[in-house]
Amino acid sequence: MKNPLKVISAVAATVALALGLSGCGGGGSSQASSDTITYWASDQGNSLDDTATKLKPSLDRFTEKTGVKVQLEVISWTDLYNRILTAVTSGDGPDVLNIGNTWAVTLQETGAFEPVEGELLNAIGGKDRFLKTSWSTGGAEGKTPTSVPLYGLAYNMYYNTKMFKEAGIEKAPTTWDEFVADAKKLTKDTNGDGKPDQWGFTAAGASVSANSHQAFVRGLQNGGSLFDKDGKPTFDSDPQVAGVKQFVDLMAVDKVMSPSDAEISQGAQKVDNLINGKAAMMFDQSPLKNFAARDFKDWGVAPIPMMTADATGGRGTQSHVAGINLSVFKNSDNKANAIKLAAFLTSDEEQVALNKAYSSLPVVTAASKDAAFQTEEVKAKNDALSNHSLPMPLIAKEGQMETLTGTAIKNLFAKAATGTVTENDIKAALKDANNQMAAAQ
Amino acid sequence: MSHSALDGGPAAAGSTPAFDPEPGRPKASTALPVRKRRRSFLPYGLIAPAAILELLIHIGPMLLGIWIAFISLTQLNLTNWLNAPFVGLQNFINGLNPESTIGQAFFSTVGRTLFYTIMVVGFSWVLGMAGAVFLSSNFKGRALLRTFFLVPYALPAYVGTIAWAFMFNQRDGAVNQILVDTFRLVGDERPFWLLGQNSFGAMIVVNVWQLWPFAFLMLMAALQNVPHDVYEAAAIDGASLWQQFRTITLPMVRPANGVLLMVMSLWTFNQFNIPFVLFGASSPKEATLISPLIYQNSFGSWNFGLGGAMSVLLLIALFIASVFYIRMVLPKGADND
Repeated sequence: MKNPLKVISAVAATVALALGLSGCGGGGSSQASSDTITYWASDQGNSLDDTATKLKPSLDRFTEKTGVKVQLEVISWTDLYNRILTAVTSGDGPDVLNIGNTWAVTLQETGAFEPVEGELLNAIGGKDRFLKTSWSTGGAEGKTPTSVPLYGLAYNMYYNTKMFKEAGIEKAPTTWDEFVADAKKLTKDTNGDGKPDQWGFTAAGASVSANSHQAFVRGLQNGGSLFDKDGKPTFDSDPQVAGVKQFVDLMAVDKVMSPSDAEISQGAQKVDNLINGKAAMMFDQSPLKNFAARDFKDWGVAPIPMMTADATGGRGTQSHVAGINLSVFKNSDNKANAIKLAAFLTSDEEQVALNKAYSSLPVVTAASKDAAFQTEEVKAKNDALSNHSLPMPLIAKEGQMETLTGTAIKNLFAKAATGTVTENDIKAALKDANNQMAAAQ
Repeated sequence: MSHSALDGGPAAAGSTPAFDPEPGRPKASTALPVRKRRRSFLPYGLIAPAAILELLIHIGPMLLGIWIAFISLTQLNLTNWLNAPFVGLQNFINGLNPESTIGQAFFSTVGRTLFYTIMVVGFSWVLGMAGAVFLSSNFKGRALLRTFFLVPYALPAYVGTIAWAFMFNQRDGAVNQILVDTFRLVGDERPFWLLGQNSFGAMIVVNVWQLWPFAFLMLMAALQNVPHDVYEAAAIDGASLWQQFRTITLPMVRPANGVLLMVMSLWTFNQFNIPFVLFGASSPKEATLISPLIYQNSFGSWNFGLGGAMSVLLLIALFIASVFYIRMVLPKGADND
């Protein structure tokens, strides 16, 4: 009898282990309990904790109003894209999530997100409540969008007024040439060791997404575009090369950007450079929360310089239509409550509260009129968004385009930091990116 | 010596006798008794949990990965991957075309990864061996030193690597603080360690730092089995320390060494964590290894078919290399006992 017992116990152990394992695979982050939903929020504050702290009052109000609890996870920008991709691949994601609005079309193509129509569209009060430019980022033109605008953003130039005053610069530059000339004046050796330690300009040279935004804007200002009319990539066209060259030359040729910037991957580090007086100018979307956290008041804001002061149309582009959108996961077990959260976060009151907290722009017209959004800085952002911005290419492979152009520029900055960069290097890097893009299409 | 039919080995089991010595006599049943049959099921029952788990968490995903290499899997059909179009060898052709950007990157990366593996495994082995020999003799503080040597291996890989990333930072890192500010060893310019040419060296330093304690641990265990009187006899015969190491230590630890070198090579060749934590999602060109390249093709370009094809090529190459290595280098059981 001993042997059969052994056999039975071995088989029982096998079954138990197999069942245990299948238990590990199930469940995931979608809560089975109907009164709790999961929400992945992008990092809009000074840190992940700061983002969560600023979001909490809103979520508490939501729970009070609906009785639905929200399990929040704030995800950094460096991880968000891959986390979403993993969720899409496995079909096991949160109920509601934030996306960078430039990814909207790419993610729409996966079919993993709830189309904004019917119940969801009614819950958020229809599309006419939203700013046209922001609504246009919800998905591909002519298709039902799969994301709803949540926070609006646009690039402006922020500068350190104290450093401007010391250098005798009265007003912010408006053209690219003026900008480079001022940046040269602001680049100084302050400690007498023969090397500059104060720089005219700072950027996150290792940030793939920020680099791709500049490839887009600078290309347009030079009369080019990342894709032709047929949707073929033209990263290495002459105007695109000229645009990227202008940006990379700030470090490689003009020497107004610290080589150390080639290692910066987080936007907050470049904001620190401006606050600490290590650099005088930067392009950014919403640094006010960082300024406030450090009690920094010596800042000014101006439009991103253009090739000519009166440029319009494509050549007058200063920013892409930036912002964060919100999507409901199609696989959500709790869609009714997920839709409630989407409606709540885009309501007029919460739009005011959240965009005030994160120093971003409301995406619904009614909230834009609130007193909190009548400051000079917000007006500058609004002007950029309304009159000088275009959406990033609304194509399915937008995500790849960001990765490829942004990485090419990251590598060019690295080359500039450790040696020299010629026009041929820039052309070759963009040609490689172009070939890879073409192969992926 | 192999078994033969003569000594009742496996060869005898299936053979038919040339003639029947007692024709017509009923044969005893060749079937096993019931009790013996029950007992013969026991080993399978005992091994089943491990086999099922291995199938579920290792073999299954691997077969899935091989399948992905033959389909065109992108974000357009990600959620419906079972219906992704079958493209045969197209992903392999794209990945191996030396004329294309992707193919060029693949071949140069394979070469770089091989060189990287040789460097990392070489340095780790030398350091591990030196540490093991050094600690094989008794002296005060040996236990403390042994613990100290194992710290990099005990630390979570991510924690150790991120600390190195901070130390290698060009502007504020400890490495430049020491080399430039304190000792002025590399001139006045603060070098970049995580960009350009230096990034490859920095990655080797971090990997060796993490890997050598493993070599040290394995070799120290192997050295415990070398009888001390062999060294004494050699010393009496006038052998120098180097001769003792070359003619006693090395041959004695050969079996452990064979396995150790293979395991370390496989780990290093497939290295992903260190470059990912040091450089982020895209490594510098000079320091791109094969696993991060596959990751970039799969998750950067969302071209999972191409990533899958490169993974399969890697699997085949490593499998062939491992088989060759096992047949050529590893001891053949009884022959070396």
